[in-house]
Amino acid sequence: MIDRDAVLHVAALARLELNSEEVERMAAELSAVLGHIEKISELDLEGVEPTSRVVELENVLRPDIPQPSLPVEVALAQAPAVSGGGFSVPGSGA
Amino acid sequence: MSEILDLTAAAAGAAVRSGELGASELFEFYRQRAQDDQLNAFTWVAEATPGEAAIDGPLSGVPLAVKDLFCTKGIVSQSGSRILEGFRPPYSATVVEQLENAGAPLFAKTNQDEFAMGSSNENSAFGPVFNPWDVTRVPGGSSGGSAAAVAAGSAPWALGTDTGGSIRQPASFCGIVGLKPTYGAVSRYGMIAFASSLDQAGVLTRDVTDAALLLSEMVGRDPRDSTSLEYPGSLVLPTGRDLSGIRLGVPEELTEGVEGIEPGVRAVFDDALRTAESMGATVETCRLPHAPHALSAYYLIAPAEASANLSRYDGVRFGLRVEGDGDLKEMYERTRSAGFGPEVKRRIMLGTYALSSGYYDAYYGRAQRVRTKIAEDFNTAFESFDFIVTPTSPSVAFKLGARTADPLAMYLSDYFTVPMSLAGIPAISIPAGLSEGLPVGLQIAGPAFSEQRILEAAYALEGAFAFDASGARRSGSK
Repeated sequence: MIDRDAVLHVAALARLELNSEEVERMAAELSAVLGHIEKISELDLEGVEPTSRVVELENVLRPDIPQPSLPVEVALAQAPAVSGGGFSVPGSGA
Repeated sequence: MSEILDLTAAAAGAAVRSGELGASELFEFYRQRAQDDQLNAFTWVAEATPGEAAIDGPLSGVPLAVKDLFCTKGIVSQSGSRILEGFRPPYSATVVEQLENAGAPLFAKTNQDEFAMGSSNENSAFGPVFNPWDVTRVPGGSSGGSAAAVAAGSAPWALGTDTGGSIRQPASFCGIVGLKPTYGAVSRYGMIAFASSLDQAGVLTRDVTDAALLLSEMVGRDPRDSTSLEYPGSLVLPTGRDLSGIRLGVPEELTEGVEGIEPGVRAVFDDALRTAESMGATVETCRLPHAPHALSAYYLIAPAEASANLSRYDGVRFGLRVEGDGDLKEMYERTRSAGFGPEVKRRIMLGTYALSSGYYDAYYGRAQRVRTKIAEDFNTAFESFDFIVTPTSPSVAFKLGARTADPLAMYLSDYFTVPMSLAGIPAISIPAGLSEGLPVGLQIAGPAFSEQRILEAAYALEGAFAFDASGARRSGSK
């Protein structure tokens, strides 16, 4: 059901680099799992509202009061590379 | 020292309050047990005992172990993943702060399945955890380290998280108590996210009283988690003696003709129902017509949310970075490919697929509608029943490696726990007996915010079951 091309397409979307063995295994495993999951297509869900979360909350606001945020050096402390007070990354290419 | 080992957390706290036991002595006892742990249950153990000031409060200095995925300020928090290698959060999770303020000092962090994705604790970058009842078996997951540590007596109590069964199933496999609260009852702030609409922090404890005590200090609204709710009333220690007038519903869909339910599990469950009846409860079959589809909906919704949540691990702000000689995109891909384990990759792929153009309505959209039906099923059932009861898992703890080659078989381990997660309702697992020498859990689920009533019923049943877990406590440490 999920072929090699589909796996490669989804992996690209998910920013995952899979080797050819992983691609083969993923195709088989995802097909098996989706095969099981397909059962929900048998259900009649006409007119049923989707539930995105069970807690009914709307527009949870807090008072608009300025509060201290993380100091820059703390926010940067865990980064693999920093420069000039910011996160440093390789160039985005052409 | 064996005397301390025999104390529940509540009893140890009482001993500290009365002056029979020093809080520092208690902390040091468990610190040492955790250090000597043979089950790979811990990812971090405190190096020193805190000062007495840190242990003042209603929890009386009884030290706390927390699952690795709770952010702990300055202490490595990796959610069992290589991609967060060496990450020391600049803040602590709200629950960790709450419990430290209540007098339960952090003494250790526990192993888990990577990003809480797993039912056996075999998906951890820190390696698998072993079950103290039989070290050739898994402790369950994803809170496997917390469950094994409490069962082995190397932690007095522990925090876990439950997204589809990750507290209840390991509690069942390890013969302890595990409670997943109502979604929104406990703050998620500082919990490294898996599936945000399902994740909920809860407790793993030796008994029901300990569960009530620990949970009572965790519930409540947190301004830093906009999905958390004001808890109606407060939780107190349970005193329930019988079950008179309690109506228990046994869902036909989850107990009749379920593939893979072990006869030994079924036998313990049936015994538990007879015990409940002898204590005054009525036991009747109930219907949850959509429950058989819960696992399917769950394995679309949770991976979809995970694929979005885990997009933040890109080698830029924290954790691992693997650079090639290429551009930014290559760095992202190399980092994520090296940092995530196979199960996490599988779920990211599944979630990305379910959300991708052309498939969204067929998969994610349908799954959300199934979720609505499942919640409605529970609402209807609770009009006629106080609680829904099931075995916590279809099997006892299985052998290490037994299900790693078959993701679907692994997922089926959560068949009885996932419906409650989708409905956001609270559920507890308590040890009800043994099958082939291994613990079997009974799951009791109730309506939203029924934790106190669940605890009362569980406490009464616990007294009747008189489950003996002392053997496992003696085997887990050197």
